Amino acid sequence: MSVLKRLWPALVGIFSILGLWQVLVVVTGVPGYVLPSPLSVLHAFASHQQLLWHHAGITVIEIVAGLLIGCISGLGTALALARFHGLRRTLLPILLISQAVPLFALAPILMLWLGYGMTAKIVMATLIIYFPVASTCYDGLRQTPQGWLDLAQTLGADRRRRLLRIQLPAALPALASGMRMAASAAPIGAVIGEWVGSSQGLGYLMLNANARMQVDLMFAALLILVTFGVALYFTTDAVMRRLMPWHEDRTGATS
Amino acid sequence: MTSLGFSLSQARLAFSGQWLFDGLSATFAPGSWTGLLGRSGSGKSSLLRMIADLPIPDTHALTLTTDDQRPLAGRLAWMAQQDQLLPWRKVIDNVLLGPALRGHPSAAQRQHAMTLLDDVGLRDKAEQWPKTLSGGQRQRVALARTLFEDAPVVLMDEPFSAVDAITRLELHELAARLLAGRTVLLVTHDPLEALRLSDRILILGGQPALLSDFEVPHGQRPRALDAPDVQRMQSQLVARLHSAPHANIEGSTP
Repeated sequence: MSVLKRLWPALVGIFSILGLWQVLVVVTGVPGYVLPSPLSVLHAFASHQQLLWHHAGITVIEIVAGLLIGCISGLGTALALARFHGLRRTLLPILLISQAVPLFALAPILMLWLGYGMTAKIVMATLIIYFPVASTCYDGLRQTPQGWLDLAQTLGADRRRRLLRIQLPAALPALASGMRMAASAAPIGAVIGEWVGSSQGLGYLMLNANARMQVDLMFAALLILVTFGVALYFTTDAVMRRLMPWHEDRTGATS
Repeated sequence: MTSLGFSLSQARLAFSGQWLFDGLSATFAPGSWTGLLGRSGSGKSSLLRMIADLPIPDTHALTLTTDDQRPLAGRLAWMAQQDQLLPWRKVIDNVLLGPALRGHPSAAQRQHAMTLLDDVGLRDKAEQWPKTLSGGQRQRVALARTLFEDAPVVLMDEPFSAVDAITRLELHELAARLLAGRTVLLVTHDPLEALRLSDRILILGGQPALLSDFEVPHGQRPRALDAPDVQRMQSQLVARLHSAPHANIEGSTP
């Protein structure tokens, strides 16, 4: 009941836009292969369910795998940078340069190297979130309040325990925003990968539907992508909240 | 735990290219409580950090000698102005922070932490998050954490300044009782706090700053608030602090 109460303003907004869209299509008489109405998108969704879910499954696996690998390796890099001072001078410039490489331009090369299968898409999704996650986590690890570091020193903490028991938990809020950002960026990587070259996945389906003027099917695929993107964002947010029951968060997704 | 005295000499600290103080020395008797006062910018907090070997940005040097000639590192406890409780550790786990940072707390240590929480009157809060506590309760947890370390030397940097006046007076009683027998160096802005808790009062002031003694009231600490000595000396101490030349840190040039 209270969930519905909180959600209804958002629902009113969403349905107003959908209503406006439907009216616009009906009034202007724009052809369905240019802009399908929400109702015809819904119809396409219902009549191509099996096709859509098959391709969605592929894309979801790519996104989730990319997200997990990207977050874990990003966090690992940040921890290594914070722990080993010597690494910074070697690794930080490389990270910076790699960030300047336009990842979209890399997609064709990844296809060339890794083929048309899922691997190239997972790598693409991983790459797109790896650097931002690594850099937000590293920033978070460096910004531990001095008072806690003083305390750790006088309590005789070694570097490893100071990192894991003080700096890492202190960085969790920063880490959470990195993860939320990653959750919304990972689908982009996977879909771009599919656009460049693939035989399955929602990106492939959309490109294919577009070529055949099945714009309603394209929108239906987009609907799945959006829904999954939102679900992923809220799941990530919920996981991060579970990790920080002590944290008073006013910048999260639901507040 | 046996009492441990220590002394410092050749303490010097530069600020903006000038010596804020140079060649300071002082001796802290085993089990004594010393109140260190001075105006803002006198370098008293920096001096405390130097004794604790904590990082400070300015050029500094200090010779530290303990009564048993062994290093002080590992035998001092640090209490800062803020309680510095870690919000992601429950109250009991904050008391156990020391053992957790050096290894894994044992069941016996957990038991001991519980006893200390009992001593500070917070046994029932052991499994709560720090954010549910009041400022005074948080500072009591910090006191329990300090007690857990069982260090003979306790360095305190305005530890009671973040709580209201009544809570502060209660914390004085508690700290004086629980930290008895330890060598305590207490940096404070509060003349009353120094007069209640100190066996010896040192004032850091001048240009460059020197340490000077101020007579303390009779009687055992914590001294009663309404003791005539305490009341009279409070105004003398304020006057003394007021007349101490203000450390001129704005106009100095390298």
